[in-house]
Amino acid sequence: MRNLLILGAGTAGTIMANRLYPTLDSDKWQITIVDQDEKHYYQPGFLFIPFGIYSKRDVIKPKRDYLPAGINIIMSKIEIIEPEKNQIKLESGKILPYDILIIATGSRIHPGETEGMKGDGWHKNIFDFYTIEGATALANYLKYWEGGKMVLNITEMPIKCPVAPLEFVFLADWWFTEQGIRDKVEITFATPLPGAFTKPKASKLLGDFLDNKSINLAPEFGIESVDSSVNKIISFDGKELDYDLLVTIPTNMGDELIERSDMGDELNFIPTDPNTLQSKNYENIFIIGDATDLPSSKAGSVAHFQSEVLDKNILRFIDKRPLLPHFDGHANCFIESGFGKGILIDFNYDIEPLPGKFPLPGIGPFSLLQETKANHWGKMMFRWVYWNLLLKGAEMPIEAQMNMAGKRR
Amino acid sequence: MAEVTLNTSTFTLDGDGYLADHTTWTEEFARDIAAQEGIEKLTDAHWNVINFMRSDYTEKGAVPTIRRLKKSGGIATKDLYALFPDGPAKKAARIAGLPMPKGCV
Repeated sequence: MRNLLILGAGTAGTIMANRLYPTLDSDKWQITIVDQDEKHYYQPGFLFIPFGIYSKRDVIKPKRDYLPAGINIIMSKIEIIEPEKNQIKLESGKILPYDILIIATGSRIHPGETEGMKGDGWHKNIFDFYTIEGATALANYLKYWEGGKMVLNITEMPIKCPVAPLEFVFLADWWFTEQGIRDKVEITFATPLPGAFTKPKASKLLGDFLDNKSINLAPEFGIESVDSSVNKIISFDGKELDYDLLVTIPTNMGDELIERSDMGDELNFIPTDPNTLQSKNYENIFIIGDATDLPSSKAGSVAHFQSEVLDKNILRFIDKRPLLPHFDGHANCFIESGFGKGILIDFNYDIEPLPGKFPLPGIGPFSLLQETKANHWGKMMFRWVYWNLLLKGAEMPIEAQMNMAGKRR
Repeated sequence: MAEVTLNTSTFTLDGDGYLADHTTWTEEFARDIAAQEGIEKLTDAHWNVINFMRSDYTEKGAVPTIRRLKKSGGIATKDLYALFPDGPAKKAARIAGLPMPKGCV
C-alpha cells in the first residue's frame, strides 16, 4: 500500500482529498489527512461578522462532515516534516511515511510581528477580523461604538484575500450610515502599497470608490509600531496616524511547521513551481493554497483553480508522466462594496482585472470591474456554493484557466 | 521598451521604467538613477543594500522583499526607509538595475 498524505484540512486540503479519493485506486493508495482543529471555518464569512450580518454559526462546521469517508483522518499537531526521509512526525512522536505529500497548511496572522500591536489595546480598541476571535470581538465593540477615528491598516504584503481590507472599509461606510453615525466617523485606509490595490486598473477604480465614500487613503504607509498609550500608529519613515479604533491586517505567515522543517522563505511560504505546483526542492511534494510562495492571491477561489491542475498532476506523477504547467495564477474575487452592491474581478499572473461580463461572455450575469447588485448576490450565494460544491471538489461552471472572452482591454 | 542615455552609455528599460537586463547594470547607472530618484550621493550604506539586492537576485531569481533585506541582509527596515525614502523596495530595485518588485495579490 502506498501513502498519499495531505497536511491541512482547510479549503485546499479538503478539496484535494475530495478530488483524489474517487480517482486514486483504493487497493493501491491510502489517503491520510492531518489537521489539528476539528472545526472548518468559512473564512470569507469573517468579513461579515463585525457588522452582524453573519454569526459564528454561519461560518463553522465540523471538518469531518466535508471529508470523504474512505480516507484516514488524524487530528494532531505535526512536529516536523522530514522530506529527506519521506516522512512526517506527529506531536506524539508517531511517524507517518509518505510516497506523495501535499502541503496545504495555509497562512495565519502574526500581530506580534509589529511592535506594540499586541500591547494594551489588543482586542480592546485594536482588532483583526482574520480570526473568529478577532471578528466576534470587533462585532461586539462596533455594536456600542459611538464614532471617532477608525483606521484600517495593512501591515505588509502578501495577505490572505487582498481585497478583504477594502471590503471592510466599504462595508463600514455602509454600516455607519445605517447606524446614523457616519458623520461622526472618519475612516482611513492605510496601506504599504502606492494605491488601493496592487493591480493598476483595479487600483484606480477602487481608489475612486474610496474617494466617493469619503474614505481617506494613506498610501506607502509601512507600519513600524503601535503606541497604545496615545492611540497612534507610526510608520518606518516617521508618519503618524491617530485612531480611536484600529482594525489591523497583521503580517501573514505560513505555518510554523514550515519553519521548524526549514522548508520556507522568510514568511514560511514554500518555494513552489508557479505552473505545476510541485515543490521546487522535492519532486514528491506538492503545495496548494495559501502555503505556496506564489504571487497569486491567497484565496479560496485560487485554491479551487489550483486543485483542478494539481489533481491531474498527482495522477501524472504517479504514472511517471511530465507534469502539466497549467496553473496560470487565476483568481476570481467578489468585492463587497456596501449598500447591497458588489464588484467582481477576474485575473491571473499576467493579465490584470479587466471590465466585461462573467462567466458567460457578453451575458453575465455578473459584471467585471463594475458595481452591481447581481455581484453582491453572487457574493452572498457563494457561502452555499462553498459548503455544498467547492469543498466537495465538484466541477464548477468556471474554467481553472482565466478566459479572455467577454473581457475588454 | 524605452531607452535612456545617461552620460555616455545607453540602457534599455522595461515597461515599468526598470533596467530591462540586469546584467547591463553599471555603478554609473546606479548613481545616475539615484540622482533621478532624488538621492544625491550613494553612501556605503546605500551600496551595501544595492550589492546585497543584486547578489540575492542572482542567487534566488527574485527581487528581495523588505523583510528579506532585514532577515537575510541584516538591513534594518528603518534604515532602508531613511536611505531610500518613499517606497524603498521599488526605489532600491530600480537603482540596483533589477525588475520592479512583484506586488503580491
